[in-house]
Amino acid sequence: MTSTATKPVSALLYRSRRLRLGSLLTLPLVWLVGLYIVSLALLLATAFWRVDPFTSKVTPAFQFDAFEQLLSNQAYLSTSLRTLGIALTVTLLSAAFAIPLGIYMAKIASPWMRGFLAVAITLPLWAGYLVKILAMRVTFTEEGFFNSFFGVLGISGPGFSQPTVVLTLTYLWFPYMALPVYTAIRQIPVNLFDASADLGARGWTTVRTVVMPLLMPALIAGSVFTFSLSLGDYIAAELVGGRTQMIGSIIANNINLNPPVAAAFAFVPVAFVVLYLLGTRRTGALERM
Amino acid sequence: MADTAATPHAVELRGVSKRFGDTIAVAELDLGVRSGEFFSMLGPSGSGKTTVLRMIAGFEEVTSGSILLEGEDVTRSAPFDRPVNTVFQDYALFPHMTIAQNVAYGLTVRKTPKAEIRRRVADALEQMRLGHTGDRLPHQLSGGQRQRIALARALILRPRVLLLDEPLGALDKQLREQMQIELKQIQREVGITFIFVTHDQEEALTLSDRIAVFNQGRVEQVGTPREVYEFPQTAFVAGFLGVSNLIAPDLAERLIGESRAFTVRPERVRIAPADMAPAAHETSVLGTISELVYTGPATRYIVEGEHGLRVIAERHNDHAPNDTAPWSRGDRVRVVWATEHAAVVP
Repeated sequence: MTSTATKPVSALLYRSRRLRLGSLLTLPLVWLVGLYIVSLALLLATAFWRVDPFTSKVTPAFQFDAFEQLLSNQAYLSTSLRTLGIALTVTLLSAAFAIPLGIYMAKIASPWMRGFLAVAITLPLWAGYLVKILAMRVTFTEEGFFNSFFGVLGISGPGFSQPTVVLTLTYLWFPYMALPVYTAIRQIPVNLFDASADLGARGWTTVRTVVMPLLMPALIAGSVFTFSLSLGDYIAAELVGGRTQMIGSIIANNINLNPPVAAAFAFVPVAFVVLYLLGTRRTGALERM
Repeated sequence: MADTAATPHAVELRGVSKRFGDTIAVAELDLGVRSGEFFSMLGPSGSGKTTVLRMIAGFEEVTSGSILLEGEDVTRSAPFDRPVNTVFQDYALFPHMTIAQNVAYGLTVRKTPKAEIRRRVADALEQMRLGHTGDRLPHQLSGGQRQRIALARALILRPRVLLLDEPLGALDKQLREQMQIELKQIQREVGITFIFVTHDQEEALTLSDRIAVFNQGRVEQVGTPREVYEFPQTAFVAGFLGVSNLIAPDLAERLIGESRAFTVRPERVRIAPADMAPAAHETSVLGTISELVYTGPATRYIVEGEHGLRVIAERHNDHAPNDTAPWSRGDRVRVVWATEHAAVVP
């Protein structure tokens, strides 16, 4: 009762639920709706606009020409599929590295080793994105580290090509897979490993029947990063891909000449991610968590 | 050990030691568990009892010594190659598998035919009176039910020895007492050797055929519940199992003329008026009641006696419920026990 006099703002907020919610959500909502979603929606809307074939001037309209081009142009189709393949490969590679590393870090390594590896995994995140791609460029260029080191053995590197893009993207996004996977493995009680062995399962069976199912949420969370970040990337293809084209390359090439085609292409990764998430939901891996 | 059975022990430990870095968790342990018995390893936390269990299961390697299962050396065998199964303290049920899948796990990894798995899982769940829970997930079951599932999961493989690591520790007192009775019944039914780790002396006394009392990585005494309770071989055993009056050799000298430590249980100590003369076969100490502890079925009197001797006496509350205790704080009394009821601690 006396508090109304001493702290009027707090008292008002205490009485009004709406004001309380309003003061909590105004700022994030302006950000989320205003910038995040509206700007993306505006770009996507451009996909339905019209380009004047002579002046290249874009005028608002509602037509599907850009999507027709996307589906009829053989080069566009193959680029979409190639990008999908690259993103899936990057995701699988990241998971294949992250799971054994996570098991080692969480259950076997000494505290010192665990700390060292955690830093080693996150260290590349501190360096800039471009710096890391350039590091890969230096490694795989003609007279680069890889060739001069392995050339002695008669092995020549992949040069600037699609495999190098896959390696570079794996390098870039690996931490986003490794950290959730490691955290999830740490949370598996050590007793479950003991119980599995006690009931007759060897190491590999335990990984397959106990560790993997419990890791699914973390693997899905990590893969959403590795998968969607790979789908959207174009600088890697540009700098270490040689002639490799990805969806991002097409968007970049068209953004000035033909904005509707660029915008239509922006739909493709979104569609892939949505399909991917629906796929993971169908497996039922998330329901038992 | 006074054990001369001709058949090999279900489990035998020969000079088993375990070090963790500089810490000696188990020191030169010799132990034999007989086939078909309910054997408890009792001790405070850090006494090495759980480490011994984990070495028998194969989760920990021994630093030195050897472990035999029915006469066969399994010291270097992996857990999945040992005919023993474990019930874990927190049950360790697989959270992503249904109850039926959990119970079936050991059979599934052994590639048992599906029809046989289904039949044996149904039987195992029925035995635990949990036949209706097969499709549920572990987190949907109560603690006591999870406990029984963990038991079913281990017993379905028909192990030679079942290891139980404080399996009742997480249950509340009432459920724990109920589960104790069930455990004992199940053990009698299946006839499997049970090795049971606990820090609860009452639980060990209730359940066991024999008890090994652990302290600081060593076994202080092995014997039947009666033997370890009534005739403790060390001061530690006397103190750890129930409340005990331990009388040091110098005081024993004054009381009974023998310079040997002995113990006498509070329930064998009687409180008498200070002026009453003890009988010839009795030992007595004069003192003052310093504390009364009401425990429900009994009242415990703490008496500060002559020669700095503190004696605990326990009296059943067999008087009318409304009556107060016959003695109160500050009363001058004589504590009396039959001299033959005192057990000498060697």
